[in-house]
Amino acid sequence: MKYKSQKVAYWFFALCMLLLVLQLTYGFIMAFAHAGMDGLHNWIPFNTAKAVHTNLLVVWLLSGFMGAAYYIIPEESQNELVSVKLAYVQLISLAVVGVVAIVGYHFNYWEGRKFLEIPRPLDYLVVVNVLLFMGLILLTLFKGKRKTTTALVLSMGLLFAALLYLPGMIDFDSQVLDSFFRWWVVHLWVEGVWELIMGGILSFLLIKLTGVDREVIEKWLYVIVGLTFLSGILGTGHHYYYIGVNKIWLIVGGIFSALEPLAFLAMALFAVNMYRKGEKKHPNKIALYWTIGSSIVSFIGAGLLGFAHTLPQTNIYTHGTLVTAMHGHLAFWGAYAMIVFAIISYALPNLTGRKFYDSARGRLAFWLANIGMIGMTVAFGVAGVAQVYMERKMKINFMEVQTEIEVHFWVLIIMATLFSTGITLFIVEFMKHGRPSDEALEIEA
Amino acid sequence: MLSKKQARFFFLGGTAVTFLIFIGLTVFSLSKAQDQSHEENLTEAVVKGKHIWEKNNCMGCHTILGEGGYYAPELTKVIERRGEGYVKAVLMSPVPWAPHGRKMVAYKMSNEEAEDVIAFLNWISKIDLNGFDKIVSPLAKESK
Repeated sequence: MKYKSQKVAYWFFALCMLLLVLQLTYGFIMAFAHAGMDGLHNWIPFNTAKAVHTNLLVVWLLSGFMGAAYYIIPEESQNELVSVKLAYVQLISLAVVGVVAIVGYHFNYWEGRKFLEIPRPLDYLVVVNVLLFMGLILLTLFKGKRKTTTALVLSMGLLFAALLYLPGMIDFDSQVLDSFFRWWVVHLWVEGVWELIMGGILSFLLIKLTGVDREVIEKWLYVIVGLTFLSGILGTGHHYYYIGVNKIWLIVGGIFSALEPLAFLAMALFAVNMYRKGEKKHPNKIALYWTIGSSIVSFIGAGLLGFAHTLPQTNIYTHGTLVTAMHGHLAFWGAYAMIVFAIISYALPNLTGRKFYDSARGRLAFWLANIGMIGMTVAFGVAGVAQVYMERKMKINFMEVQTEIEVHFWVLIIMATLFSTGITLFIVEFMKHGRPSDEALEIEA
Repeated sequence: MLSKKQARFFFLGGTAVTFLIFIGLTVFSLSKAQDQSHEENLTEAVVKGKHIWEKNNCMGCHTILGEGGYYAPELTKVIERRGEGYVKAVLMSPVPWAPHGRKMVAYKMSNEEAEDVIAFLNWISKIDLNGFDKIVSPLAKESK
């Protein structure tokens, strides 16, 4: 690392690992319940497990993005972070709000709106927390010696993500309006501004790992984030087909969301081409695996599998079925989890001074996690398609169909075990690096 | 070849144009004349029912308007499919309702709470869903 204050990032990454383990645990609880084994129902009913599973995902990814920003912004702006103490305050308050929310879900303390279950009083704390984070990042950036496109895109993504949290806090009497504006948060995050964050991190990693000229990489970064917003903003319409609003969204949402894979395709082509053009001299091969892997798996998970059910003619049958879970798992994994793993893999040796650049354990973690997640996606996909045909086409009762597709959840559990083994190896690798140290300063190549 | 300046213009220009169209379409589709949900029927009971729905995170298992947990049945047309009496019995049940063995939390609702939830579900069932209601409704089942 080049700046002492970058060490803060390590603790955000450590929080990521901890929350990820919890997220997987609750995922297993849900998978077993789907397979007919709901022995924990009295203590952790499915709706609790689901809220915990999805909210932990959001919190650990945000923690990863924040860690990435605390690592990247000082280096890009050539300036120490304006206040390390406040960054730790922000870390601890993020962890506390997250933990209180998750404990609350076990005691019926929530808002009951998918993905935005955090109860309102805690929402305000989230806002304060994010304001503190944005203040630290933006001040560091603007006091710095240079303002790079990579840093600006990353900061813009984080700032928009913060602003877009607000529409989710408006109260509506109508379920239709509630749902409409809920997607302003959820869709415009994951299919909009989070892609800016992903693009910013990707661009930073490609500059470092491939050695290709910054100007070339950042030019394409603009094109990619341009494509993202061009398709993604109006692509929000694919959530509005069948929730009780005007048919105009069938046309607008259909056309623009069908263009969304282009942004991910561009991202994959961009990463692979920059790697080919590059000098291939950087020794951190594991970081390179996760970086290129993220760009490719996000194209498959978010781009192709999203496209598979985005057209209104298909979506009328798949809306509200396990087909959505199929797409959701590979999309979040490829686009966001893997890019967080990439920045962790890149930053850890620099923060700690221990250069485990190309260990067998690191490679095994990458392959097991990816093969496991692809297997899980297939299991969800088969269950989802079977559900669509039986329930929506043949009009068989919901629960009869669920009993028929139980077997696919056993496949899911086996694949999730493989996935979790990969994640465990990644965490072991994380711990083997030890703590960040000032001795690691300037060691970076 | 594309310059960095042109690339930035593409990003900023494209974003501004699509965002403005998005806001325009939002205003249009949420205008009174385009209402498909019969907002005028949002009674006090319906709103109370919605709060009970949210307070208990029903969406964590069920789906409504096709959104939710995929673990328990879609409820958009449940009143037409099952009738008010059945739904009321489920909501007020002191033991977990478990059709086909899959358990629901026993909410032990009062008569009034159950009626509010039913009012909410009744309001939901009358929304024009651009054809999706035919896929999940009992009418669709009859045309098998």
